Amino acid sequence: MDTFFGVPAPALIGQVVIGLINGAFYSLMSLGLAIIFGMLHVVNFAHGAQYMMGGFVAWGLLEYFGLSYWWALLIVPMVMGLVGMLMERLLLRHLYNVDHVYALLLTLGVSLLLEGAFRLKFGISGQPYPNPMSGGLDVAISFIPWYRLWVIAVALGVCLGTWYFIERTKLGSYLRAANENPNLVRTFGINVPRMLMLTYAFGVALAGFSGVMAAPIYQVSPHMGANLIIVVFAVVVIGGMGSILGSILTGFGLGLLEGLTKLFAPDYAGIVIFIVMILTLAFRPNGLFGRAE
Amino acid sequence: MDTKNIVLNVNGIEVIYNHVILVLKGVSLQVPEQGIVAILGGKGAGKTTTLRAVVGLLGRRSGRIEVAGQPTEGMPPEAIAHLGVAWCPEERGIFASLSTEENLLLPPVLKPGGLSLEEIYTLFPNLAQRRKSQGTKLSGGEQQMLAIARILRTGAKLLLLDECTEGLAPIIVHKIGEVIRTLRERGFTVLMVEQNFRFASALADRFYVIEEGAVVEQFRREDIAGRREEIEKLLGL
Amino acid sequence: MSSNMSSTPFTALPAAPQPPASLRWWLLAGIALACAAPWVVYPMFLIKLMCLALLAASVNFLIGYAGLLSFGHAMFYGSAAYVTGFVAKDWGQDGVLAILAGVGVAAGFGLLTGLLAIRRQGIYFSMITLAFAQMVYFLALRMPFTGGEDGLQAVPRPRLFGLYETESTLAFYYACLLAVGFGFWLIWRTVHSPFGQVLRAIRDNEPRAKSLGYKVNRYKLLAFVLSAALAGLAGSMKVLAFQLATLTDVSWTTSGEALLVSIVGGLNTMLGPVVGSIIMGSMEHYLAGFAEWVLIIQGAVFVLVVMLFRKGVVGQMQHLLPWATRAGKTGKEAT
Repeated sequence: MDTFFGVPAPALIGQVVIGLINGAFYSLMSLGLAIIFGMLHVVNFAHGAQYMMGGFVAWGLLEYFGLSYWWALLIVPMVMGLVGMLMERLLLRHLYNVDHVYALLLTLGVSLLLEGAFRLKFGISGQPYPNPMSGGLDVAISFIPWYRLWVIAVALGVCLGTWYFIERTKLGSYLRAANENPNLVRTFGINVPRMLMLTYAFGVALAGFSGVMAAPIYQVSPHMGANLIIVVFAVVVIGGMGSILGSILTGFGLGLLEGLTKLFAPDYAGIVIFIVMILTLAFRPNGLFGRAE
Repeated sequence: MDTKNIVLNVNGIEVIYNHVILVLKGVSLQVPEQGIVAILGGKGAGKTTTLRAVVGLLGRRSGRIEVAGQPTEGMPPEAIAHLGVAWCPEERGIFASLSTEENLLLPPVLKPGGLSLEEIYTLFPNLAQRRKSQGTKLSGGEQQMLAIARILRTGAKLLLLDECTEGLAPIIVHKIGEVIRTLRERGFTVLMVEQNFRFASALADRFYVIEEGAVVEQFRREDIAGRREEIEKLLGL
Repeated sequence: MSSNMSSTPFTALPAAPQPPASLRWWLLAGIALACAAPWVVYPMFLIKLMCLALLAASVNFLIGYAGLLSFGHAMFYGSAAYVTGFVAKDWGQDGVLAILAGVGVAAGFGLLTGLLAIRRQGIYFSMITLAFAQMVYFLALRMPFTGGEDGLQAVPRPRLFGLYETESTLAFYYACLLAVGFGFWLIWRTVHSPFGQVLRAIRDNEPRAKSLGYKVNRYKLLAFVLSAALAGLAGSMKVLAFQLATLTDVSWTTSGEALLVSIVGGLNTMLGPVVGSIIMGSMEHYLAGFAEWVLIIQGAVFVLVVMLFRKGVVGQMQHLLPWATRAGKTGKEAT
């Protein structure tokens, strides 16, 4: 059997795949957070809970309506997008002219509400969710489940697609301009308040979408978001809130790093991301890709 | 005066800032179609606030503003834009991440009757030269011209220009004056806030002087010759 | 001081709010009440409220005075709890030493975090504190002396200064009252000191303060370390009281709870943390068996307070009765 740095090849490939999977979720989630923060200047603490809710909606679609994973991929983002629109329109919008702290506390409150409500209904154990793509790829020495490859590919696709939309399309340029000078852009006749609402909805939809993707891998449980979101915050701090490509690179990169650390220095796998965070802050206070405020 | 020829009617605007400060105390003015009207006055007098009131960017105001006869009470800026009002702010607002051409193409065309990109480049040949340059790499004069040019595509016929000659070299100021004259001939109406009285007096038909939030004087171009000393004293020239 | 605009110009350093003469009597009444309370209300419950109040006060002070929102105060509270517990139990040291050790470690974490976080403004700062707190959580999870998931158990009630026995709940109550009272007093003194004035100036208009020559970051760092130490004090008292330190103490739910108490009581009021902790602490106590409901209610309270009652209980009262509690204001008012 081949070994690399004393580690057997299958184990290496296995961990790389796991690392990329985690990285896929880190990227998707930090992308959503970055977009919401970039446009609305709100740290969406509810992101983890919205991810969890996405997973549960997918589970519910299967459990109560017999709708499979593929339906969920379509329906869940729409449902969560609607949730996001309501949240922005009814709650967040009224907090734009006071200190940003309040919006943050609001989303924190929503996350507690959601987690508590789901825990009430489902307890703390997870609900299983079937793997929609059985079988996998035989890579001579290792076996990679199809679903995992799918997750990585889709995450990359969604992230790059979002990047393209924001950086290269007309609507994206409206978003970027509105970010720089919302008042002026409004006088051009562009409905900036509606754009903000749709942006938040998109971010929430992204979180929900991530939840659906996560369901077959991690099970659906009320605390799945809380566990993830804290690491995602560290990822965001490392990447800096400046660029979308930055979130993508940082997310995947850190996931990979975490996976490899598990192989070579397993005791540190849990905190390697935080170590990177401290080092990044010491030498690049704005994050790896961030722009100085 | 025939109301349907009045493109902008501002009546008795009062604006309170932060619950305490009365920024505008009953400002009134009218802008006729294809007219050029100048708002004069010292710094902090309330000139920019008046423009912001017209454009809809002020939270609370009392009084009445009508654009082409349509009252704009409670309308958000994006709706007012659809009435044909465009704003060129004092700080110009050129978007750093976009090129000149992208800046030009950014404001959507809301109504027919605006200038085409080619027409804009004819009017501003130096912008044509710099079309691919990043917005913020342009000189002050070029940025000002870009800021004005940008709003000409939208179909808006009422242009609000805030201090469009501030800090610019005389040759560019002259050029901007020419552009404004050309625009008037093309059917545009201009309301400008201007500290440069020489520039304004060569262009505008009507003048309002705002001091401490109120209109203290108004006169027409014809009156200047007869009241020159009085006007210069009023403006602190 | 009725506006919270961050660009308010100032010509002199803003003055601290002056307490009315009647304050002394109110204070005396409060102290008397606090001394009598354990005879009427279950003392352990009161101790819990006191620790929560001090933790919230440390967060409140930081928001109101330095304008810094920390999401990671659990790392100071919890780490102090673990260290104090460890020093008292495994090293069998005197209570005061244990407490000092805990507070010292908390302050140390405060210094480390602050050095890296203070450079950033606003929301970035908050996220950095959150990330650091999570790191401390992971450390607590892994380090052997913390007992991991089981927590640090059977922490003794040590003597204080080698003389004062704290084995009995009542005895500990008064010691705790003294410590927490000291913490609040320290906040009060800081607020009314020249240092506090400069902090206020920085919070109101940082660029201006900088141009006046103040080393802004140093002031902010000091405020942060002080806040961390106070949170540590709360944690130290907590572990000695309940003789247990768990991962919950370093988890972000504790940080969130401190924020919730602060905001319910009223940001930037001295009494806010006390009132807030009574309200939220009681709620949590009565619903102790229903963790999910606690979460739901906490979430709902957050949403309600942020949307409708941003001033919090004490803030709202001050708004309505300015003559009664003017002394309570410590800084930036909620809008």
